[in-house]
Amino acid sequence: MKRAQFSSPLLPYFLLAPQLAIIFIFFYWPSAQAIQSSFYIEDPFGFGATFVGLENYTTVLGSSEYLRIAQFTLVFTLIVTFLSLSIALVLAVKADAVLTGASTYRSLLMWVYAIAPPVAGLMGIMFFDQHIGPLVDLAALFGWDMRVGVNYYDTAFAMVVIAVWKQIPYNFIFFLSGLQAIPKHLREAAAIDCRSELRRFWTVTLPMLAPTAFFLLIINMTYALFDTFGIIDVVTRNEPANNPLTLVYKVYLDGFRSNDLGGSSAQSVILMIVVLVLTMAQFRFIERRVHYG
Amino acid sequence: MSRFKPLDHLILMLGAFVMIAPVVMAFLTSTHSAVEIHQNGLMLSLGDEFLSTYGKVLTHKGGFTGQVTGMTMLMNSLILGVGFAVGKIILSMLAAYALVYFRMPLASLFFWIIFTTLLLPLEVRILPSYEVVQGLGMLNSYSGLIVPLLASATGTFYFRQFFRSVPEELVEAARIDGAGPVRFFLDILVPISRTMIAAIFIIMFVYGWNQYLWPTLMTNDEGYYTLVRGIKTILLAWIGSNIPEYNEAFALTILAMLPPVLIVVVFQSWFIKGLTESDK
Repeated sequence: MKRAQFSSPLLPYFLLAPQLAIIFIFFYWPSAQAIQSSFYIEDPFGFGATFVGLENYTTVLGSSEYLRIAQFTLVFTLIVTFLSLSIALVLAVKADAVLTGASTYRSLLMWVYAIAPPVAGLMGIMFFDQHIGPLVDLAALFGWDMRVGVNYYDTAFAMVVIAVWKQIPYNFIFFLSGLQAIPKHLREAAAIDCRSELRRFWTVTLPMLAPTAFFLLIINMTYALFDTFGIIDVVTRNEPANNPLTLVYKVYLDGFRSNDLGGSSAQSVILMIVVLVLTMAQFRFIERRVHYG
Repeated sequence: MSRFKPLDHLILMLGAFVMIAPVVMAFLTSTHSAVEIHQNGLMLSLGDEFLSTYGKVLTHKGGFTGQVTGMTMLMNSLILGVGFAVGKIILSMLAAYALVYFRMPLASLFFWIIFTTLLLPLEVRILPSYEVVQGLGMLNSYSGLIVPLLASATGTFYFRQFFRSVPEELVEAARIDGAGPVRFFLDILVPISRTMIAAIFIIMFVYGWNQYLWPTLMTNDEGYYTLVRGIKTILLAWIGSNIPEYNEAFALTILAMLPPVLIVVVFQSWFIKGLTESDK
């Protein structure tokens, strides 16, 4: 904290007031509402609500549909996180290694960051389209009759491809800047001590990148859980029926299409807990890094 | 270490190709007619319908009723992107200034109130947020689009980090010269934060422009549709049509990505600096 500070009786509160007001109205109030309505069942005609304790939670967690979606979400999150991190890491290591054109490669690889997930999704479904999609033709060469939007696994495959494609640039930017922050003398010393490039990567580069990698791990998991909503909405073409869905999409469906306020709120609270655990892990880690890094 | 590595270049070129090719193909395809695309698939050459398709998308098409044009959606996207970025910068600079530069009895309480918002994204509380906005009569309005998205402390976090790295001597010098807190903020702190403000503006503009879920819930009046929100109407229009208007869909895709991509490419170094240094 700064030692040289101003002291003014009212000014700091005026400065904080706009931010606090917005946070209270649009963050704390709705969050509290979500928690509260997760314990109630709303009358279908809008006449009041009945307190039901944990019934919404037991209904949600006992529903095989919910568990199937949770399972898909987990697998989807792990695959998307793993692929987008590892592909981005390979590209960043290579971009860091080449002497000519490194900044050109950086420019070419990073700009997809700016494309919105649903926009990437719309491009994706046209590349996976039954009539015009080149990726379907490509799959056909290998004897794969790909039917995105019809076959559950093919749809999931398209979602993963689009989600990974969209996320690689973000990870690439962070890995590259992490690599460039490794001191030169350290690399030179390592190069003298160890001739094997691959071994240097595992024993020197990767440990130095660990903080970046951990930060990205959490970010990518929250990306796969939440930010892929647009991709899923577009790839399923607004017809979720038998398609793979993530938990956030289910909250949206139950809340806005089925008007199941209690069930949707209970799902929101479950997701809140998941995110809280993830972000707490991230904060703990950042604190540690501040102290020892 | 310094020898030329063909394999590395090959991998990087492959990566760049995978990133760029779909967008280039999407653009090239958008310049052909829908029938042509329907028969021949995606295109690798420039067609001759560029002006007519993009003209149509910008001035006629969009939505079901045909009341909203691509131009309106573009304007709405700009309003959302710029409004969100500016709002975020103003709110968070003021709050961060109060937290870093003032002695307050409840400072740490405010700190926690503000930074707890980093824990939960909007997606986990969409339904109650929608009801709050509905209750305030803010559905189908620009403020309803922008303000609820501002309820997160990312910007405050960035500015707080930055202000803490500003040398203390500056405040002391300013105080000796008789500058009060308002003068110090406007004449010293804001000017030295310029690069930081620019970087955050870019990140927040892209974030605001790219919003999908919130605008989808918030707006059913087509006059408030953004380009990214408009994606959904394309999908709905496709269901049940014989030859989907692939060309217009691709054109709208290109329009929806063009401004954020341009701003990120042009201001690349600021953007990367802002992103990687402030997220820590």
